[in-house]
Amino acid sequence: MNWEAFWLTVRLAAIVSTLLIAIGIPIAYWLTYSRWRWKFLVEAAVALPIVLPPTVLGFYVLVALGSRSPLGRWWESLTGHTLAFTFEGLVIGSLLYSLPFAVQPFAASFGAVDPSLLRASASLGHSPVQTFRRIVLPLSKAGLVTGFALSFAHTLGEFGVVLMVGGNIPGVTRTISIDIYDQVQTANYSSANRTALLLLIVSFLVLSIVYGLNRRPWAVGPWR
Amino acid sequence: MSKLLALLLLFAGTFATAQEIAVAAAADMSAALPELVAAYAKKTGQAVKLSFGSSGNLTNQTRNGAPFDVFFSADEDYPQQLIAEGLVSKGTLYRYAVGRLVLWVPGNSPLDLSKQGIQALLDPSVKKISIANPATAPYGRAAVSALRHFGIYDQVSSRLVLGENVSQAAQFVESGNAQAGLIALSHALAPALKEKGRYWTVPLDAYPTLNQAAVVLSRSKQQDAARKFLEFLRNPEAASLLASYGFSLPPENHSGGERVK
Repeated sequence: MNWEAFWLTVRLAAIVSTLLIAIGIPIAYWLTYSRWRWKFLVEAAVALPIVLPPTVLGFYVLVALGSRSPLGRWWESLTGHTLAFTFEGLVIGSLLYSLPFAVQPFAASFGAVDPSLLRASASLGHSPVQTFRRIVLPLSKAGLVTGFALSFAHTLGEFGVVLMVGGNIPGVTRTISIDIYDQVQTANYSSANRTALLLLIVSFLVLSIVYGLNRRPWAVGPWR
Repeated sequence: MSKLLALLLLFAGTFATAQEIAVAAAADMSAALPELVAAYAKKTGQAVKLSFGSSGNLTNQTRNGAPFDVFFSADEDYPQQLIAEGLVSKGTLYRYAVGRLVLWVPGNSPLDLSKQGIQALLDPSVKKISIANPATAPYGRAAVSALRHFGIYDQVSSRLVLGENVSQAAQFVESGNAQAGLIALSHALAPALKEKGRYWTVPLDAYPTLNQAAVVLSRSKQQDAARKFLEFLRNPEAASLLASYGFSLPPENHSGGERVK
Protein backbone atom coordinates (compact mmCIF):
# COMPACT_ATOMS: atom_id res chain seq x y z
CA MET A 1 0.00 0.00 0.00
CA ASN A 2 1.56 3.22 -1.18
CA TRP A 3 0.23 5.94 1.13
CA GLU A 4 2.34 8.62 -0.50
CA ALA A 5 0.61 7.96 -3.83
CA PHE A 6 -2.77 7.79 -2.09
CA TRP A 7 -2.48 11.17 -0.38
CA LEU A 8 -0.99 12.71 -3.50
CA THR A 9 -4.03 11.56 -5.45
CA VAL A 10 -6.45 12.80 -2.79
CA ARG A 11 -4.68 16.17 -2.82
CA LEU A 12 -4.86 16.33 -6.61
CA ALA A 13 -8.56 15.42 -6.64
CA ALA A 14 -9.39 17.92 -3.87
CA ILE A 15 -7.56 20.77 -5.62
CA VAL A 16 -9.08 19.94 -9.00
CA SER A 17 -12.66 19.61 -7.77
CA THR A 18 -12.36 22.83 -5.73
CA LEU A 19 -11.00 24.73 -8.73
CA LEU A 20 -13.76 23.23 -10.85
CA ILE A 21 -16.37 24.80 -8.57
CA ALA A 22 -14.86 28.19 -9.31
CA ILE A 23 -14.44 27.52 -13.02
CA GLY A 24 -17.52 25.39 -13.50
CA ILE A 25 -20.14 27.71 -11.99
CA PRO A 26 -19.65 30.57 -14.48
CA ILE A 27 -19.55 28.11 -17.40
CA ALA A 28 -22.67 26.33 -16.16
CA TYR A 29 -24.38 29.67 -15.59
CA TRP A 30 -23.67 30.73 -19.13
CA LEU A 31 -24.76 27.36 -20.54
CA THR A 32 -28.03 27.55 -18.60
CA TYR A 33 -29.09 31.10 -19.41
CA SER A 34 -27.45 31.92 -22.73
CA ARG A 35 -29.74 32.00 -25.74
CA TRP A 36 -26.87 32.07 -28.21
CA ARG A 37 -27.66 30.10 -31.34
CA TRP A 38 -24.34 28.22 -31.33
CA LYS A 39 -24.45 27.35 -27.65
CA PHE A 40 -24.70 23.66 -28.51
CA LEU A 41 -21.14 23.80 -29.87
CA VAL A 42 -19.86 24.99 -26.50
CA GLU A 43 -21.91 22.29 -24.78
CA ALA A 44 -20.33 19.69 -27.05
CA ALA A 45 -16.83 21.04 -26.35
CA VAL A 46 -17.40 20.96 -22.59
CA ALA A 47 -18.67 17.36 -22.80
CA LEU A 48 -15.75 16.21 -24.98
CA PRO A 49 -13.59 14.76 -22.19
CA ILE A 50 -16.38 12.25 -21.40
CA VAL A 51 -15.92 10.52 -24.73
CA LEU A 52 -12.40 11.56 -25.71
CA PRO A 53 -9.79 8.85 -25.09
CA PRO A 54 -7.57 10.01 -22.21
CA THR A 55 -4.56 9.35 -24.44
CA VAL A 56 -5.80 11.98 -26.89
CA LEU A 57 -6.17 14.49 -24.09
CA GLY A 58 -2.80 13.41 -22.65
CA PHE A 59 -1.12 13.80 -26.01
CA TYR A 60 -2.48 17.32 -26.55
CA VAL A 61 -1.61 18.36 -23.02
CA LEU A 62 1.93 16.98 -23.43
CA VAL A 63 2.42 18.84 -26.70
CA ALA A 64 0.82 22.02 -25.35
CA LEU A 65 2.93 21.96 -22.19
CA GLY A 66 6.19 21.04 -23.93
CA SER A 67 8.98 23.50 -24.58
CA ARG A 68 8.08 23.61 -28.29
CA SER A 69 4.70 25.24 -27.78
CA PRO A 70 4.24 28.96 -27.06
CA LEU A 71 2.26 28.11 -23.92
CA GLY A 72 5.02 25.78 -22.69
CA ARG A 73 7.72 28.37 -23.40
CA TRP A 74 5.74 31.10 -21.66
CA TRP A 75 5.35 28.93 -18.56
CA GLU A 76 9.04 28.03 -18.69
CA SER A 77 10.08 31.69 -18.87
CA LEU A 78 7.81 32.38 -15.91
CA THR A 79 8.76 29.51 -13.60
CA GLY A 80 12.01 28.15 -15.04
CA HIS A 81 10.64 24.68 -15.66
CA THR A 82 8.25 22.97 -18.03
CA LEU A 83 4.77 21.99 -16.89
CA ALA A 84 5.00 18.34 -17.87
CA PHE A 85 6.13 16.02 -15.07
CA THR A 86 4.97 18.46 -12.40
CA PHE A 87 2.05 18.44 -10.01
CA GLU A 88 0.76 21.67 -11.59
CA GLY A 89 0.80 19.93 -14.97
CA LEU A 90 -1.36 17.15 -13.57
CA VAL A 91 -3.76 19.73 -12.12
CA ILE A 92 -4.16 21.36 -15.54
CA GLY A 93 -4.66 18.01 -17.28
CA SER A 94 -7.17 16.90 -14.65
CA LEU A 95 -9.11 20.19 -14.86
CA LEU A 96 -9.76 19.50 -18.54
CA TYR A 97 -10.36 15.82 -17.92
CA SER A 98 -12.96 16.33 -15.18
CA LEU A 99 -14.58 19.56 -16.43
CA PRO A 100 -17.84 18.01 -17.71
CA PHE A 101 -18.28 16.03 -14.50
CA ALA A 102 -18.60 19.34 -12.66
CA VAL A 103 -20.25 21.56 -15.27
CA GLN A 104 -23.04 19.19 -16.30
CA PRO A 105 -24.54 18.62 -12.82
CA PHE A 106 -24.17 22.37 -12.09
CA ALA A 107 -25.99 23.33 -15.28
CA ALA A 108 -28.68 20.70 -14.76
CA SER A 109 -29.47 21.96 -11.27
CA PHE A 110 -29.43 25.64 -12.33
CA GLY A 111 -31.85 24.76 -15.12
CA ALA A 112 -34.18 22.96 -12.71
CA VAL A 113 -34.82 26.09 -10.63
CA ASP A 114 -38.41 27.26 -11.14
CA PRO A 115 -38.27 30.29 -13.52
CA SER A 116 -41.16 31.98 -11.72
CA LEU A 117 -38.87 32.36 -8.69
CA LEU A 118 -36.36 34.15 -10.91
CA ARG A 119 -39.05 36.47 -12.26
CA ALA A 120 -40.32 37.17 -8.75
CA SER A 121 -36.79 37.99 -7.61
CA ALA A 122 -36.27 40.29 -10.58
CA SER A 123 -39.58 42.08 -9.98
CA LEU A 124 -38.48 42.74 -6.40
CA GLY A 125 -35.49 44.62 -7.76
CA HIS A 126 -32.70 42.04 -7.59
CA SER A 127 -30.05 42.09 -10.28
CA PRO A 128 -29.40 38.82 -12.16
CA VAL A 129 -26.23 38.28 -10.12
CA GLN A 130 -28.09 38.83 -6.83
CA THR A 131 -30.84 36.48 -7.98
CA PHE A 132 -28.27 33.88 -8.89
CA ARG A 133 -26.53 34.16 -5.54
CA ARG A 134 -29.61 34.25 -3.36
CA ILE A 135 -32.05 32.02 -5.25
CA VAL A 136 -30.34 29.79 -7.80
CA LEU A 137 -27.23 28.77 -5.87
CA PRO A 138 -28.98 27.81 -2.62
CA LEU A 139 -31.57 25.79 -4.57
CA SER A 140 -28.78 24.05 -6.52
CA LYS A 141 -26.90 22.77 -3.49
CA ALA A 142 -27.42 19.12 -4.40
CA GLY A 143 -26.16 19.73 -7.95
CA LEU A 144 -23.10 21.56 -6.66
CA VAL A 145 -22.23 18.74 -4.28
CA THR A 146 -22.82 16.19 -7.05
CA GLY A 147 -20.51 18.04 -9.44
CA PHE A 148 -17.85 18.39 -6.76
CA ALA A 149 -18.07 14.72 -5.78
CA LEU A 150 -18.14 13.40 -9.34
CA SER A 151 -15.14 15.46 -10.44
CA PHE A 152 -13.34 14.39 -7.27
CA ALA A 153 -14.02 10.71 -7.94
CA HIS A 154 -13.23 11.03 -11.62
CA THR A 155 -9.86 12.65 -10.87
CA LEU A 156 -9.06 9.92 -8.32
CA GLY A 157 -9.30 7.33 -11.06
CA GLU A 158 -7.47 9.25 -13.77
CA PHE A 159 -4.88 7.12 -15.54
CA GLY A 160 -4.30 7.77 -19.23
CA VAL A 161 -3.57 11.48 -18.94
CA VAL A 162 -1.26 10.98 -15.96
CA LEU A 163 0.57 8.16 -17.71
CA MET A 164 1.28 10.44 -20.63
CA VAL A 165 2.23 13.70 -18.91
CA GLY A 166 3.18 12.61 -15.40
CA GLY A 167 6.52 10.88 -15.73
CA ASN A 168 5.78 8.65 -12.69
CA ILE A 169 7.74 10.68 -10.12
CA PRO A 170 7.17 9.41 -6.55
CA GLY A 171 5.50 12.07 -4.41
CA VAL A 172 4.99 14.42 -7.36
CA THR A 173 3.16 12.68 -10.17
CA ARG A 174 2.90 9.02 -9.17
CA THR A 175 -0.82 8.81 -8.55
CA ILE A 176 -2.58 5.83 -7.09
CA SER A 177 -3.78 4.40 -10.40
CA ILE A 178 -0.21 4.59 -11.78
CA ASP A 179 0.99 2.88 -8.61
CA ILE A 180 -1.54 0.08 -9.10
CA TYR A 181 -0.38 -0.29 -12.70
CA ASP A 182 3.26 -0.53 -11.56
CA GLN A 183 2.37 -3.06 -8.88
CA VAL A 184 0.55 -5.24 -11.40
CA GLN A 185 3.35 -4.97 -13.96
CA THR A 186 5.87 -6.13 -11.37
CA ALA A 187 3.54 -9.02 -10.42
CA ASN A 188 3.07 -7.55 -6.95
CA TYR A 189 -0.57 -8.57 -6.87
CA SER A 190 -1.16 -8.44 -3.12
CA SER A 191 -0.12 -4.80 -2.94
CA ALA A 192 -2.12 -3.97 -6.08
CA ASN A 193 -5.08 -5.71 -4.49
CA ARG A 194 -4.99 -3.67 -1.30
CA THR A 195 -4.65 -0.38 -3.17
CA ALA A 196 -7.33 -1.28 -5.70
CA LEU A 197 -9.73 -2.25 -2.91
CA LEU A 198 -9.15 1.05 -1.14
CA LEU A 199 -9.82 2.96 -4.36
CA LEU A 200 -12.96 0.89 -4.93
CA ILE A 201 -14.26 1.66 -1.44
CA VAL A 202 -13.51 5.39 -1.69
CA SER A 203 -15.16 5.61 -5.11
CA PHE A 204 -18.21 3.75 -3.84
CA LEU A 205 -18.50 6.04 -0.83
CA VAL A 206 -18.29 9.14 -3.00
CA LEU A 207 -20.96 7.86 -5.37
CA SER A 208 -23.16 6.81 -2.43
CA ILE A 209 -23.00 10.39 -1.17
CA VAL A 210 -24.01 11.64 -4.62
CA TYR A 211 -26.94 9.27 -5.01
CA GLY A 212 -27.96 9.65 -1.38
CA LEU A 213 -28.14 13.42 -1.81
CA ASN A 214 -30.14 13.19 -5.01
CA ARG A 215 -32.72 10.66 -3.93
CA ARG A 216 -36.28 11.77 -3.32
CA PRO A 217 -36.47 11.05 0.41
CA TRP A 218 -38.07 7.72 1.20
CA ALA A 219 -39.52 7.29 -2.27
CA VAL A 220 -38.22 3.75 -2.40
CA GLY A 221 -38.46 2.80 1.25
CA PRO A 222 -38.41 -0.93 1.99
CA TRP A 223 -41.76 -0.76 3.83
CA ARG A 224 -43.70 0.13 0.70
CA MET B 1 -24.63 -11.64 -54.65
CA SER B 2 -22.45 -14.45 -55.97
CA LYS B 3 -19.63 -11.93 -56.27
CA LEU B 4 -20.07 -11.03 -52.61
CA LEU B 5 -20.04 -14.69 -51.66
CA ALA B 6 -16.87 -15.25 -53.64
CA LEU B 7 -15.28 -12.29 -51.89
CA LEU B 8 -16.29 -13.65 -48.49
CA LEU B 9 -14.84 -17.05 -49.36
CA LEU B 10 -11.67 -15.37 -50.49
CA PHE B 11 -11.40 -13.61 -47.12
CA ALA B 12 -12.14 -16.83 -45.27
CA GLY B 13 -9.38 -18.42 -47.33
CA THR B 14 -6.86 -15.74 -46.42
CA PHE B 15 -7.68 -16.11 -42.77
CA ALA B 16 -7.29 -19.85 -42.92
CA THR B 17 -3.86 -19.79 -44.56
CA ALA B 18 -2.39 -16.66 -42.95
CA GLN B 19 -1.37 -18.21 -39.59
CA GLU B 20 0.16 -15.06 -38.23
CA ILE B 21 2.54 -15.42 -35.35
CA ALA B 22 2.26 -12.98 -32.48
CA VAL B 23 5.48 -11.46 -31.16
CA ALA B 24 5.72 -9.50 -27.93
CA ALA B 25 8.84 -7.36 -27.92
CA ALA B 26 10.71 -5.03 -25.60
CA ALA B 27 10.27 -1.38 -26.56
CA ASP B 28 13.92 -1.04 -27.65
CA MET B 29 13.00 -3.19 -30.67
CA SER B 30 10.18 -0.86 -31.73
CA ALA B 31 12.13 0.51 -34.71
CA ALA B 32 14.27 -2.49 -35.69
CA LEU B 33 11.74 -5.30 -35.41
CA PRO B 34 9.20 -4.00 -37.96
CA GLU B 35 12.02 -3.92 -40.52
CA LEU B 36 13.12 -7.40 -39.52
CA VAL B 37 9.57 -8.66 -39.83
CA ALA B 38 9.15 -7.05 -43.24
CA ALA B 39 12.35 -8.73 -44.45
CA TYR B 40 11.14 -12.04 -43.05
CA ALA B 41 7.72 -11.72 -44.67
CA LYS B 42 9.35 -10.96 -48.01
CA LYS B 43 11.46 -14.06 -47.71
CA THR B 44 8.95 -16.57 -46.34
CA GLY B 45 5.48 -15.03 -46.66
CA GLN B 46 5.04 -15.47 -42.92
CA ALA B 47 3.02 -12.65 -41.35
CA VAL B 48 4.08 -11.47 -37.89
CA LYS B 49 1.98 -9.40 -35.50
CA LEU B 50 3.95 -7.14 -33.13
CA SER B 51 3.16 -5.90 -29.63
CA PHE B 52 5.60 -3.61 -27.84
CA GLY B 53 5.94 -2.77 -24.15
CA SER B 54 8.41 -2.88 -21.31
CA SER B 55 9.93 -6.34 -20.81
CA GLY B 56 8.48 -6.56 -17.30
CA ASN B 57 5.04 -5.57 -18.49
CA LEU B 58 5.10 -8.14 -21.31
CA THR B 59 6.42 -10.86 -18.98
CA ASN B 60 3.52 -10.21 -16.69
CA GLN B 61 1.03 -10.29 -19.56
CA THR B 62 2.54 -13.59 -20.71
CA ARG B 63 2.13 -15.00 -17.20
CA ASN B 64 -1.51 -14.04 -17.33
CA GLY B 65 -2.16 -15.84 -20.58
CA ALA B 66 -1.46 -13.26 -23.30
CA PRO B 67 -1.61 -15.04 -26.67
CA PHE B 68 2.00 -14.46 -27.73
CA ASP B 69 4.08 -16.99 -29.65
CA VAL B 70 7.47 -15.33 -29.25
CA PHE B 71 8.83 -12.95 -26.62
CA PHE B 72 11.78 -10.60 -27.16
CA SER B 73 13.11 -9.30 -23.86
CA ALA B 74 15.58 -6.47 -23.30
CA ASP B 75 17.36 -8.54 -20.68
CA GLU B 76 17.77 -12.18 -19.91
CA ASP B 77 16.18 -12.16 -16.44
CA TYR B 78 12.60 -12.04 -17.63
CA PRO B 79 12.88 -15.01 -20.02
CA GLN B 80 14.70 -16.90 -17.22
CA GLN B 81 11.76 -16.21 -14.90
CA LEU B 82 9.37 -17.54 -17.53
CA ILE B 83 11.57 -20.62 -18.02
CA ALA B 84 11.44 -21.26 -14.27
CA GLU B 85 7.66 -21.00 -14.43
CA GLY B 86 7.49 -23.53 -17.27
CA LEU B 87 6.14 -21.02 -19.78
CA VAL B 88 8.95 -21.34 -22.34
CA SER B 89 9.45 -24.05 -24.95
CA LYS B 90 12.59 -26.03 -24.11
CA GLY B 91 15.84 -24.97 -25.70
CA THR B 92 14.47 -21.91 -27.47
CA LEU B 93 16.24 -19.17 -25.47
CA TYR B 94 18.44 -17.22 -27.85
CA ARG B 95 20.60 -14.23 -26.95
CA TYR B 96 20.37 -12.37 -30.20
CA ALA B 97 22.12 -9.12 -29.30
CA VAL B 98 23.48 -6.82 -26.63
CA GLY B 99 21.53 -3.61 -26.08
CA ARG B 100 23.31 -0.32 -25.54
CA LEU B 101 22.33 2.59 -23.34
CA VAL B 102 22.97 6.13 -24.57
CA LEU B 103 22.62 9.62 -23.17
CA TRP B 104 20.54 11.54 -25.70
CA VAL B 105 19.89 15.28 -25.93
CA PRO B 106 17.84 17.25 -28.49
CA GLY B 107 19.71 18.99 -31.32
CA ASN B 108 19.26 22.47 -29.79
CA SER B 109 20.71 21.43 -26.44
CA PRO B 110 23.70 23.51 -25.26
CA LEU B 111 25.33 20.45 -23.66
CA ASP B 112 28.63 19.19 -25.05
CA LEU B 113 28.25 15.45 -24.67
CA SER B 114 31.56 14.49 -26.28
CA LYS B 115 33.45 16.56 -23.70
CA GLN B 116 31.36 16.07 -20.59
CA GLY B 117 29.86 12.62 -21.10
CA ILE B 118 27.34 11.70 -18.43
CA GLN B 119 28.53 14.61 -16.23
CA ALA B 120 26.54 16.83 -18.62
CA LEU B 121 23.49 15.80 -16.61
CA LEU B 122 24.75 17.95 -13.73
CA ASP B 123 24.35 21.07 -15.88
CA PRO B 124 21.70 23.38 -14.38
CA SER B 125 19.93 23.62 -17.74
CA VAL B 126 18.92 19.96 -17.34
CA LYS B 127 15.66 20.21 -15.41
CA LYS B 128 14.30 16.74 -16.22
CA ILE B 129 16.06 13.54 -17.23
CA SER B 130 13.91 10.84 -18.72
CA ILE B 131 14.66 7.17 -18.11
CA ALA B 132 12.54 4.04 -18.40
CA ASN B 133 10.81 2.81 -15.25
CA PRO B 134 13.44 0.65 -13.45
CA ALA B 135 10.67 -1.49 -11.94
CA THR B 136 9.60 -2.90 -15.29
CA ALA B 137 12.15 -1.89 -17.90
CA PRO B 138 15.72 -3.26 -18.16
CA TYR B 139 16.90 0.01 -19.71
CA GLY B 140 15.58 1.83 -16.64
CA ARG B 141 17.65 -0.41 -14.39
CA ALA B 142 20.66 0.09 -16.68
CA ALA B 143 20.17 3.85 -16.46
CA VAL B 144 20.05 3.81 -12.65
CA SER B 145 23.15 1.55 -12.50
CA ALA B 146 25.04 3.86 -14.85
CA LEU B 147 24.14 6.94 -12.80
CA ARG B 148 25.34 5.14 -9.67
CA HIS B 149 28.46 3.92 -11.47
CA PHE B 150 29.44 7.50 -12.22
CA GLY B 151 28.50 8.60 -8.71
CA ILE B 152 25.90 11.18 -9.76
CA TYR B 153 22.69 9.30 -8.93
CA ASP B 154 22.01 11.20 -5.69
CA GLN B 155 22.56 14.53 -7.42
CA VAL B 156 20.15 13.83 -10.27
CA SER B 157 17.57 11.48 -8.73
CA SER B 158 15.11 14.30 -8.00
CA ARG B 159 15.15 15.23 -11.69
CA LEU B 160 14.39 11.78 -13.07
CA VAL B 161 11.10 11.20 -14.85
CA LEU B 162 10.06 7.65 -15.61
CA GLY B 163 8.68 6.49 -18.93
CA GLU B 164 6.43 3.45 -18.86
CA ASN B 165 9.00 1.83 -21.15
CA VAL B 166 12.16 3.00 -22.90
CA SER B 167 10.17 4.23 -25.94
CA GLN B 168 8.20 6.61 -23.74
CA ALA B 169 11.45 7.75 -22.11
CA ALA B 170 12.71 8.57 -25.62
CA GLN B 171 9.46 10.36 -26.46
CA PHE B 172 9.70 12.50 -23.29
CA VAL B 173 13.09 13.87 -24.34
CA GLU B 174 12.33 13.97 -28.07
CA SER B 175 9.24 16.12 -27.40
CA GLY B 176 11.33 18.59 -25.41
CA ASN B 177 9.57 17.89 -22.12
CA ALA B 178 12.80 16.48 -20.68
CA GLN B 179 16.18 18.03 -21.55
CA ALA B 180 18.12 14.78 -21.56
CA GLY B 181 17.31 11.09 -21.57
CA LEU B 182 19.03 7.78 -20.95
CA ILE B 183 17.53 5.72 -23.74
CA ALA B 184 18.25 2.82 -26.05
CA LEU B 185 20.88 3.25 -28.77
CA SER B 186 18.37 1.58 -31.11
CA HIS B 187 16.05 4.57 -30.64
CA ALA B 188 18.84 7.12 -31.06
CA LEU B 189 19.66 5.49 -34.41
CA ALA B 190 16.02 5.12 -35.49
CA PRO B 191 14.74 7.46 -38.24
CA ALA B 192 12.38 9.20 -35.79
CA LEU B 193 15.26 10.50 -33.61
CA LYS B 194 18.37 10.24 -35.73
CA GLU B 195 18.37 13.77 -37.13
CA LYS B 196 16.87 15.40 -34.05
CA GLY B 197 19.61 15.09 -31.50
CA ARG B 198 23.02 13.90 -30.36
CA TYR B 199 24.00 11.02 -28.17
CA TRP B 200 26.83 9.75 -26.02
CA THR B 201 27.22 5.99 -25.66
CA VAL B 202 27.38 4.91 -22.04
CA PRO B 203 30.35 2.54 -21.59
CA LEU B 204 29.40 -1.12 -21.23
CA ASP B 205 31.08 -1.49 -17.83
CA ALA B 206 28.76 1.11 -16.27
CA TYR B 207 25.72 -1.17 -16.16
CA PRO B 208 24.92 -4.91 -16.21
CA THR B 209 24.95 -6.24 -19.77
CA LEU B 210 21.60 -5.90 -21.51
CA ASN B 211 21.50 -9.35 -23.08
CA GLN B 212 18.62 -9.21 -25.53
CA ALA B 213 17.02 -12.63 -25.38
CA ALA B 214 14.15 -14.16 -27.31
CA VAL B 215 12.12 -17.28 -26.46
CA VAL B 216 9.26 -19.28 -27.94
CA LEU B 217 6.43 -19.51 -25.43
CA SER B 218 5.18 -22.98 -24.57
CA ARG B 219 1.56 -21.88 -24.85
CA SER B 220 2.02 -21.10 -28.55
CA LYS B 221 0.10 -23.31 -30.95
CA GLN B 222 2.56 -22.45 -33.72
CA GLN B 223 5.78 -23.80 -32.29
CA ASP B 224 7.38 -24.50 -35.68
CA ALA B 225 6.58 -21.13 -37.22
CA ALA B 226 7.78 -19.41 -34.05
CA ARG B 227 11.06 -21.35 -33.96
CA LYS B 228 11.69 -20.62 -37.63
CA PHE B 229 11.25 -16.92 -36.97
CA LEU B 230 13.82 -17.07 -34.17
CA GLU B 231 16.22 -18.92 -36.45
CA PHE B 232 15.94 -16.06 -38.91
CA LEU B 233 17.68 -13.88 -36.29
CA ARG B 234 20.88 -15.89 -36.90
CA ASN B 235 20.71 -15.04 -40.57
CA PRO B 236 23.44 -12.53 -41.64
CA GLU B 237 20.77 -10.30 -43.15
CA ALA B 238 18.98 -10.08 -39.80
CA ALA B 239 22.24 -9.58 -37.91
CA SER B 240 23.32 -6.69 -40.12
CA LEU B 241 19.90 -5.08 -39.76
CA LEU B 242 20.16 -5.36 -35.98
CA ALA B 243 23.70 -3.98 -36.15
CA SER B 244 22.44 -0.94 -38.05
CA TYR B 245 20.27 -0.20 -35.00
CA GLY B 246 23.27 -0.46 -32.70
CA PHE B 247 22.61 -3.98 -31.44
CA SER B 248 25.92 -5.80 -31.23
CA LEU B 249 26.21 -9.58 -31.19
CA PRO B 250 26.80 -11.17 -27.80
CA PRO B 251 30.30 -12.73 -27.55
CA GLU B 252 29.20 -16.38 -27.54
CA ASN B 253 27.19 -16.00 -30.75
CA HIS B 254 29.96 -14.14 -32.38
CA SER B 255 30.86 -15.05 -35.92
CA GLY B 256 33.52 -12.64 -37.06
CA GLY B 257 33.52 -8.88 -37.52
CA GLU B 258 33.62 -6.34 -34.74
CA ARG B 259 34.15 -7.80 -31.31
CA VAL B 260 32.08 -6.63 -28.33
CA LYS B 261 34.13 -5.49 -25.37
